[in-house]
Amino acid sequence: MRIPILKLQNYLLVSVQIELDDQTAMQFQEDLLGKIHETGATGVVVDLTSVEIIDSFIAKVLGDVVSMAGLMGAKVVFTGIQPAVSMTLIDLGIHLKNVQTALDLEQGLIKLKQELEEK
Amino acid sequence: MKGALTTVPIIKELDIVGARQSGRNLARDLGFGSVDQARIATAISELARNIYLYAGSGEISFQEVQGASPVGLKIVASDHGPGIENVSKVMEDGYSTSGGLGAGLPGVKRLMDEFDIISDDNGTKIIVVKWLR
Repeated sequence: MRIPILKLQNYLLVSVQIELDDQTAMQFQEDLLGKIHETGATGVVVDLTSVEIIDSFIAKVLGDVVSMAGLMGAKVVFTGIQPAVSMTLIDLGIHLKNVQTALDLEQGLIKLKQELEEK
Repeated sequence: MKGALTTVPIIKELDIVGARQSGRNLARDLGFGSVDQARIATAISELARNIYLYAGSGEISFQEVQGASPVGLKIVASDHGPGIENVSKVMEDGYSTSGGLGAGLPGVKRLMDEFDIISDDNGTKIIVVKWLR
């Protein structure tokens, strides 16, 4: 299963609409980095509104992709993390401190714009 | 007092997703709210991944239990893998032998209400319960 990655101006938009298994998450990591390289995108919004479970493995993959994209010069913002997901992540002891988040896709884009303009 | 028992074998990686979906459905049917459903499903995901990663194969079974609180969901994760060498170590936050976050088992303990672990040369059995509030 592949997660579609859309390009909008200098940004990449991703909406995760499926239940993330390990293989799909790893494939997404690779696909996103490839797409950043290919398009020269400076910002990425990953919308997680439809994601009902993030366990420690998926959290690690998502956290890693932020660091990896950062090394390439692109900023990643996660949006739409559900209340139940945020509660379970904290229970698990996963705080994703280096990860930028916003309430929804719109706020995510605003956040990216602000951050990229500040530089 | 025991309710219907379902067992999900964990053999391939995709079985992790199958196990947590079964667990979430059972939790919903028992009346657990969305946050507890997420907690239960996440705990199952961690337990199933440990089986797949460290033992190769095993199973997760679900049971409805009656107790002080009206009803609970009991989950037993068992395998015949090499066993956990140092149980107290794996219960520490941040300890991992696989390059993971080391959040798995201590996280499961926090997500659930009861947590028991038995591990020796013949394998590992982890029993967790979540009570409906």
